[in-house]
Amino acid sequence: MTRPRLTKAHAALALAAVGAVALSGCVAKSDVTSADALTVTSTDSSCDVSAASAKSGTLTFAVSNESSQVSEFYLLAEDGLRIIGEVENIAPGAQRTLTVVAQPGEYKTLCKPGMVGDGVGRADFSVTGGAVTATGDDAAQKQKAVDLYAAFVKDQVEQLVPAVDAFTTAYESGRDDDARAQFPTVRAFYERIEPVAESLGDLDPRIDYREVDAVAEGLDWTGFHRIEKDLWVPRKDALNADGETPAWQDWAPSTTAERSTYGDKLVADVGELNDYVHSEKFQQALDAQGVAGISNGAIALLDEVATGKISGEEDWWSGTDLSDFAANVEGSKMAFSLVKDFAAATGSDGATLAKDISRRYDDLDAALAAHGSLQKGFVAYKTLTQDDKRDLTDLINALAEPLSRLTSTVLQ
Amino acid sequence: MSTEESTEAAASPSLSRRSLFGLAAGVGAAGLALGAGAGSAAGVAVARARAAEAASPVYPFAGEHQAGITTPMQDHLHFAAFDMMAGTTRDDLQSLLQDWSYAAARMTQGLDVSVTGAVGGSPEAPPDDTGEALGLPASGLTVTFGFGPTLFTAEDGADRYGLASLLPSGLAKLPAFLGDDLVPEASNGDLCIQACADDPQVAIHAIRNLSRIAFGRARLRWSQLGFGQTSKTSAAQTTPRNLFGFKDGTANILSDDTAALDDHVWVGAGDEPAWLAGGSYLVARKVAMLIETWDRVRLSEQQRIIGRDKSEGAPLSGGQETTAPDFRKEDAAGAPTIDRASHVRLAHPDLNGGVRILRRGYNYVDGNTGLGRLDAGLFFLSYQRSPDQFVTLQRALSTDLMNEYVRHIASGIWAIPRGAKAGSYVGAELFT
Repeated sequence: MTRPRLTKAHAALALAAVGAVALSGCVAKSDVTSADALTVTSTDSSCDVSAASAKSGTLTFAVSNESSQVSEFYLLAEDGLRIIGEVENIAPGAQRTLTVVAQPGEYKTLCKPGMVGDGVGRADFSVTGGAVTATGDDAAQKQKAVDLYAAFVKDQVEQLVPAVDAFTTAYESGRDDDARAQFPTVRAFYERIEPVAESLGDLDPRIDYREVDAVAEGLDWTGFHRIEKDLWVPRKDALNADGETPAWQDWAPSTTAERSTYGDKLVADVGELNDYVHSEKFQQALDAQGVAGISNGAIALLDEVATGKISGEEDWWSGTDLSDFAANVEGSKMAFSLVKDFAAATGSDGATLAKDISRRYDDLDAALAAHGSLQKGFVAYKTLTQDDKRDLTDLINALAEPLSRLTSTVLQ
Repeated sequence: MSTEESTEAAASPSLSRRSLFGLAAGVGAAGLALGAGAGSAAGVAVARARAAEAASPVYPFAGEHQAGITTPMQDHLHFAAFDMMAGTTRDDLQSLLQDWSYAAARMTQGLDVSVTGAVGGSPEAPPDDTGEALGLPASGLTVTFGFGPTLFTAEDGADRYGLASLLPSGLAKLPAFLGDDLVPEASNGDLCIQACADDPQVAIHAIRNLSRIAFGRARLRWSQLGFGQTSKTSAAQTTPRNLFGFKDGTANILSDDTAALDDHVWVGAGDEPAWLAGGSYLVARKVAMLIETWDRVRLSEQQRIIGRDKSEGAPLSGGQETTAPDFRKEDAAGAPTIDRASHVRLAHPDLNGGVRILRRGYNYVDGNTGLGRLDAGLFFLSYQRSPDQFVTLQRALSTDLMNEYVRHIASGIWAIPRGAKAGSYVGAELFT
């Protein structure tokens, strides 16, 4: 229930460091000498790497799965969020190889037996030496970025699944304090990749619709926000997020049986999302959009912030909007980090744009940090002053305006 | 908009907003010399130019003085005040003024904000221009920029942009006046932009796009829409009426009265500070009118308060609108025909040591109040050579009979730099 989650634990770390790490290049296996090879042993509870550091350049990790389940191996950036490289679908007893071009810097390694959750055996990994020029042609580099974005989405959903399990278990068994404490951090996994779920038609409405949205569209109201209202029961005279309809109109706190229904439904819907992001269909969808899809994802996440989160309409009863806000920004920044080098490579305008966007993310992060962190929690939305909201809005505008030109720049 | 305006694309192939934004300081203004030009390779601007009616005036952006002061008053106003964002640098300010000047120079000529404009850019990028002025002529658009006291020295005394030494000694937050009921959030500001046009959509398009260009550097502090001139600034215009129903601005300084403009409006070459020569000072006052109460005042009383007759605008001492008021004239009972506390008398130059100002205000109606009253009044704008002129007049109005029907709810003062020189930008004097 409260086991540490990789992403949560490191969300507060500056993502700025991400920029220092170039995209891992695409390297043919024959380029790799055996001398460079590192070995990784994945068991049910550990993830042993043969060395904790390496020289920059092409690295290969030969991963042997000695666990009882299908496993994965990840090389993460220092923030613990951005994936530098991953190899998945390693059957028990099998060995697969991860090849990356690693720039100097600090990294994390971990394995994920069962391909769900936050992984085991997380360890620091250092790369020393000089910067390396990534090899491979432009198309290959871009495909690699798409693959890394796919890996990021999968990783987030894989962490969402057990987090939702724990959250709904607390909710269904009436441990409301526990469930309330988990609510913002569970949602963070979802909010980081929100545009992916939203592209799925009816899945996002089932998982993330607010009551007023569900009523407006005549849908059964389920998902996070239904549970939220049970956990933060409104006063009798409170109004819904539309500022108009009484909170208790056509609503009553869920019974134990209803809680069970809504909890199980959320688990099933999140499971469906997990199935989707591991499907061929998802990879095809990402492939079809290419790097523009990643860039547009970065933009879409910031639009989420600008339209829903800054107005405090998302988490109407819990007031945890700033956590969603921060997770949207993290997801947006992650997507940007995957395409920024392509923007910078288009010339001085592109380089200036990428630099400007990076700086604007930093400004927004700094302003958000004044109100809390995903790790320690944020202040309730209603405690923000008008000036606070204004400042955040200005910083979103300052970021969103150059970010809106990212896709066309990347596509040049 | 004529066909001779066709050399822009050839002369400067890189006038897209993106490349403009990438320009180093001092270079950004290069395109401004072309501000009076029009045609564009993208074809977008051509479309707008073609749509221009012969009757729609086009005013040059560059010149000795900024346009929008003596320019014949247009029908509509969008005024906006901005604050520089925290952490911005001198370069940010300079580049903002360059980018604003470039965009304003284009828009005042009836062009989109950049060469690719509203529909000529990449389909994968949001358009540079927001598009609502596509197909509309220049509509007499003028865009006038000003610098508030806080741009030079922040409220906490900080010299954020190395401009503290250039602060004009007269440029200070206006003193409190009797009857002030000011809303701080809707007052003052580091920068201001006055956009005037005969089509409200054109004026709004200007402020909207300039606000967007400013994102990350300056943030909109407050803005105001206005309509229906409340003054005339050229002899050819008839004197308009304000929302009290009276002619306003009869004795305003007119654009052809160069002697009066030099005496009362333009900062002279010998004035301090030197960088402001050719400029002016702008005072904005949002004056709410208690419309419903005023409307219940009998006509004779309304006229006594103003000091003029409602029909023609003639002073109550007799004659026509343009007849000089005779404040010594008495009626049969021995009372002055123009009340001693009437607006026209208290504001008159003769009783204020000859002080005159150039008024350029607009009516405003911001919907209604929670009490069901019209939220309406006068958005007063005046240009003067020194802020003291306004202060003198406003103090003189402390006993104005009209005060019972008005409330000053917002206030601001800005130094208005001279017009952009050819090939340069508004405010370049600050960075030499």
